[in-house]
This record gives sequence, structure tokens and C-alpha cells, in this order.
Amino acid sequence: MSRHLVPALRLLLVFTLLIGGLYPLAVTLAAQLLFPDAAQGSLLRRGEDILGSDLLGQPFSSERYLWPRPSATAPAYDASRSSGSNLGPLSAELASAIEVRAAALRAAHPERTTKPPIELVTSSGSGLDPHVSPQAACWQAARIARARGLQEAEVLALVERYTEGRALGWLGEPRVNVLRFNLALDAPR
Amino acid sequence: MTTFDVLRMLLQFALVLALAAPLGGYLARVLGEGRTPFPGVFAPFERALYRACGIDPKRNMDWRSYALAFLALQLVGFLCLYALLRWQGSLPFNPREFADVPAPLAFNTAVSFVTNTNWQAYGGEATLSYASQTVGLTLQNFVSAACGLSVLAALARGLAARGAEQLGNFWVDVTRSTLYVLLPLALLLALALASQGVVQTFGPYVEAQTLEGGQQLIAVGPVASQVAIKQLGTNGGGFFNVNSAHPLENPTPLSNALQLGALLLLPAACCFMFGRMLGDARQGRSLLAAMALLLVPLNLLAISAERGPAPARIAAVADTGVGFMEGKEVRHGPAESATWATWTTAASNGSVNSMHDSASPLGGGVALLLMLLGEVVFGGVGSGLYGMVVFGLLTVFLAGLMVGRTPEYLGKKVQAFEIQMASIAILAPTATALIGIAVAVLTPSIRASLQDRGAHGFSEFLYAFASAANNNGSAFAGLSADTPLLNFALGLSMLIGRYLVAVPVLAIAGSMARKSPVAASVGTFPTHGALFVILLASSVLLVGALSFAPALALGPLVEHLRVR
Repeated sequence: MSRHLVPALRLLLVFTLLIGGLYPLAVTLAAQLLFPDAAQGSLLRRGEDILGSDLLGQPFSSERYLWPRPSATAPAYDASRSSGSNLGPLSAELASAIEVRAAALRAAHPERTTKPPIELVTSSGSGLDPHVSPQAACWQAARIARARGLQEAEVLALVERYTEGRALGWLGEPRVNVLRFNLALDAPR
Repeated sequence: MTTFDVLRMLLQFALVLALAAPLGGYLARVLGEGRTPFPGVFAPFERALYRACGIDPKRNMDWRSYALAFLALQLVGFLCLYALLRWQGSLPFNPREFADVPAPLAFNTAVSFVTNTNWQAYGGEATLSYASQTVGLTLQNFVSAACGLSVLAALARGLAARGAEQLGNFWVDVTRSTLYVLLPLALLLALALASQGVVQTFGPYVEAQTLEGGQQLIAVGPVASQVAIKQLGTNGGGFFNVNSAHPLENPTPLSNALQLGALLLLPAACCFMFGRMLGDARQGRSLLAAMALLLVPLNLLAISAERGPAPARIAAVADTGVGFMEGKEVRHGPAESATWATWTTAASNGSVNSMHDSASPLGGGVALLLMLLGEVVFGGVGSGLYGMVVFGLLTVFLAGLMVGRTPEYLGKKVQAFEIQMASIAILAPTATALIGIAVAVLTPSIRASLQDRGAHGFSEFLYAFASAANNNGSAFAGLSADTPLLNFALGLSMLIGRYLVAVPVLAIAGSMARKSPVAASVGTFPTHGALFVILLASSVLLVGALSFAPALALGPLVEHLRVR
């Protein structure tokens, strides 16, 4: 084996330069040139300030905004420590948390007679899910309209405008980007 | 489960196979026939590389030499990665000033990436510097996958040889696999992913002021370059803690589809390469058919399980029509999350786009079963197929026993030595997983790492050891795996699962290379066609079921019965 160790070490050094060094640098250069915005993290800016990333959720609790999903990171939507809850399907802790969240949602949406959609009471895999389903957005529309003094139909129209369909018609699921939607709510009309 | 879910999965699978066929041909040209692309440009570079490393590319190795060279590269790779992790605090490209990785975690992580397992007992964005991620982990993502391809190429040469000793040159195989296969594919995929929003920068983490006036610190990094190879090389070790569930690692349905396809692409292409290197395409296709026969029904079961019905307590307060959503992202949804969970555990990839710990009992059970079958249903790059060939030997052996004939594979007699080696390759990971779980369950200090009690807690252990011993790397992440004892036990399981399979496979290759084929007669059992495919798939299932039925019954099955 010893006579193989020298070539092994040398080959590893060459690969370290080529793959550990050159490859990530080449990809970084190309990505920064071709897709500068995406390579930086698809950041949203307002003037000098960075508002967040177009791809990452952030917490919303005001009545005037569309609410995102619960997040398992502590504090919620901590984009430097992604995490799911990892609670099992029969976990009593999970069931209790879901019951508490559902009750809070029902209390905040007295006009709704239907149960809240499942994703509004469950945390996502990353804890940073930027989306809710169009159904979950519609479910909140009456509350947002009430808080903003709008017609529910206006909010529903905005949901429809901000609903992204399946990619190429068959990949992924329909969804609404919560941050983008809330920016649109704030925008002067 | 809707018809749309089923058709979408089948179309994705068909697309992967359609791409794998020409790629397999390319692999066979590069590794089997030594016809590398653009020799005018790359051949001088390759020769210079061999000269610089003191490698004689013309030297043809017997199986022992080949295995020793393979092990030497692994040993050196392990030591370098271990040292890098232990000293990352004093090295550059560490903008967050992360401390040195503690010894038990560094051992576990170094073993994990060298063995192509990529089990992660750490949270990437909160533990590792950019240097550790790129120079350390990305490098081993390439090398470990190239090693798998090389061992498969050596096995194919051994099976095709007639009375020879030599299996090829390990250094040449590993270099060509890296330069001509993995590197160009990874470059293409990395850029495609970057176009979708996968972040790629060496800049610092970003501070944002949220719309409601809070602070958000956004972890970024050289993600696209690592994600591309972690999918292609069946590695699975992501940049972020939550892997491809993270929106900056897998932001869109298109990036999800690309990563999903990439994780099955090379294991499927290996089948076509194998057939072509043996000069009989049917041999590769029959192994592929057996894999598909096991994959597709399990995939459908996983999708239907994730689509519901949900546990009663949850369904009572929420609209659970879409299915299980805890631990899943809205953009991927339950169906594509289920397909990912199935493929990533079939191929020994181990990346995740949803948290498997929160999956439905049967959905998590499918993931467990696919790992426990030995990572031969597609499996790792190279390693999946050489594992399947071992099961092929077992199948002809069982068939031979039934009719009282000496079994043959590809015209060569399968004798005691080959069956002994095949038994080691099959039993080593199986025994490791079972003994590991038993020890874990009986040791109070290890039991303290569990998040859940009862059936689900048992599943967490079962998953951890199944994942480590079969080099998958995904996890039921409720288990707090970063303890010295678990880091060591799982690290040891990964070592056994990699080398006690790869070395016996090379021994089989060496032994088969020496044999001359005998002419086929009416009594020869052909290793292609429907009968062989069904027998092979049954053998894989039978060995898995006999070994793990009790354990699977105690974990996922008990949970499933309690949901209903």
C-alpha cells in the first residue's frame, strides 16, 4: 500500500487545486457574470436597504399582511439557521402545536367557516418557506381586507395576480410568494 | 394520489432514462475504450498530470493492486479532510469565524464524505467555513463518486476478460471519471441551478431589514457548485442544514426537477455503460429493469402515503386535503417531496427536499426499505450497480441450486470464492445496521439522543444505521446525532458499508477475470430477459425482507397502524 500513498497524495493535491479551488471559482465567476442577481441571493432592495430575499420567507404578524407558514427556526425565519421541526407524524407535541395554531387562526379570521389549510398550521422543511398556496392566501383575504379597509374582492384579485402556476405546466405546485404579495399590498394603487 | 401525480413521476423517470442511455454510452467510451473527448486538448494535460503525480498510466493492475490504490486514495483523502476540519478556525475563507470542528464530529464528517455517504451530523451554514465546504467537502464529493465509477469499471473489465489478471489502472480511471464525466456535468448543472436562483458567492452573510422592521441574517455561500456535484455524485451533503429544502439551495420547481433528475442520472447511466463494456447491452438493461421494477411501485406507495389521510387529531382542526405538509415546502408539495424521498434513498444520494422525519409512516418506511435493500436499486454512482451485480451472482447461484447445475454469469462459472465474497458484500452492511440498532437501543446514553419515544424513536435509530451502513446519508433528523458515541458508531458503520463491499467486489472481479468463458448450452440460465429480472428483484427483496421485516414492523408499520 505504501507505494500507492505517494501518487495518492499527489493526485489529491492536484484535484484539490482543480476541484476544490478552480471549479468553485469558475462557477462563481460565471454565475456572477451571467446571473448576478441570483448569485447574490436574489436580494430585494428599497433604496439603500436590503429588505430580504425574494426566495426566503420572513415573519409577518400584522393584521394588514398576508401571513406565512409557521417556522421551526428559533427565532422564526432565521435565515442563518435553517431547520424543520423534525417532529414525527404521530408526535403529540406536533398535534398540540397544530391545535394551538389552528385556534389562533380561527380567532383571527372570524369570517371563515372552513378549517385553515394544512400548510398554515405546519412548519416547512427549511423554516424559510417563502410561499403559501393560493387557497391559504384566499383564506386570509377577508381579514387583510378588513384591516386595510379594502373590498375582499380586491385582495382576491391580487392573490390571483400573484399566483405562480406549475413550471412548464407540470412541475411544482401553485403558490403565492408572501413577501412579494405584501410588498404589493403596501404599494400605492 | 391523483393521476397527475402518477403521470408526472413516470414522465420524470422516463426523461432520466432517456438521458442516461447516451450518457452510459459515453461512459463506456471513456472508461471502457479509453476514447476520451477532444484528445488534442486534454490528452497532453492528462499526461502532464500523471507525470506530476508519479503515475505510470500504462501499468495494468491486478485486483489487489487496484484495491490498494483505491484504499490509499481514500486514506489520504480522509486524513486531509480531517485535518482541514480540525484546523478550519485558523484557515482563510472563514467569514463567520467558525471554530475548529471537534474531533468526533470531524472524524464522522471526514468518513462520511470520503465514503460517499454524506451523513451530516452538523448544520452546514452554522458550523463550516467556505474553505471546509469547497476545498474539503466539494472535493470529496467528486473523488468518492469517481472511485465508485472506477470500481465498477474494474468489475466490468474483470467480467469481460478471458484468462487475464489485470483490471486496468485505478489512477487513470479515477482521473478520467473526474475530468471527463463529473466535472463537465457539474459545471453545466451548477450554472443551470444558478440561473434558477441557487446562490453562488464567497461574500459574507447578508443583513436584511424585514418589512415589519425586524432583522434577518441571510446565510449565503458557494452553494450552486456544491449542490450540482452532491446531486450528480450521489453524495447528498448539502450546503445548508436542511439541504435541498432550503430555498437558496433549491428555489424553484425547475431547480427541483433538475436536481431530482441529476441524482438518478449517473446510477442509471452506469447500467448502460456496463452492458456496453461487456459487449452485450441486454446485460445492463436487465439490471436496470430489475431496479425499475423495485423503484416504481415503492414510489407510488410513497406518493399515496404522503397524500394522506392525515392523523385524526390534525385532520380535526385543519384542511388536510393536499396531504402531509409538516416538514415540506409549498413549492414542492407532498407528491414531488415523496418522489424525491424515494429516489434519494433508492440512489444512495441522501439529499432531501423535505424532512423525512416528519413524513407519513409509510412514506418514511419506503425510504427506510430502499436503504435497507442495500442501496442496489440504482444506488450510488458505480457502487449501486456493482452491488446489484453481486445480487446477480447470488441469483444465478440460487437458480443453480434449484436445478443442480454449476451457476454461470456471463458464461463464467460462479464458484465458492465468488459466492463467499458476494456473501460478505451483502451481509456486512446488513449485519452492521442490525447490530448498530441493537446496541443503540440498549445503550441509555445513546437513547438520550432520541427526539421521540416509542415506534417513531425506534424508526429514528433504524433510519440512522440503515443510512450509515448503506452509505446513503439522509436522516430522520430528530435524532441528535452529534454526540461522540453516535459520531463514532455511525462513522464505523459507514466504513464497513463502503469498503467491505467495494473490496470483495474487486476480489470477485479479479477471480472472474482469470476464468475463460464456457459455451452456452441449453442448460445455461440466461442473465437477461423477464425471468432473470423477476428472480433478481425477488432476491433483493427476499434478502431485505428476511433481514429487516421485524425491524420495519416495529417502526413504520406500527406507526402506520396507529394513524388509521
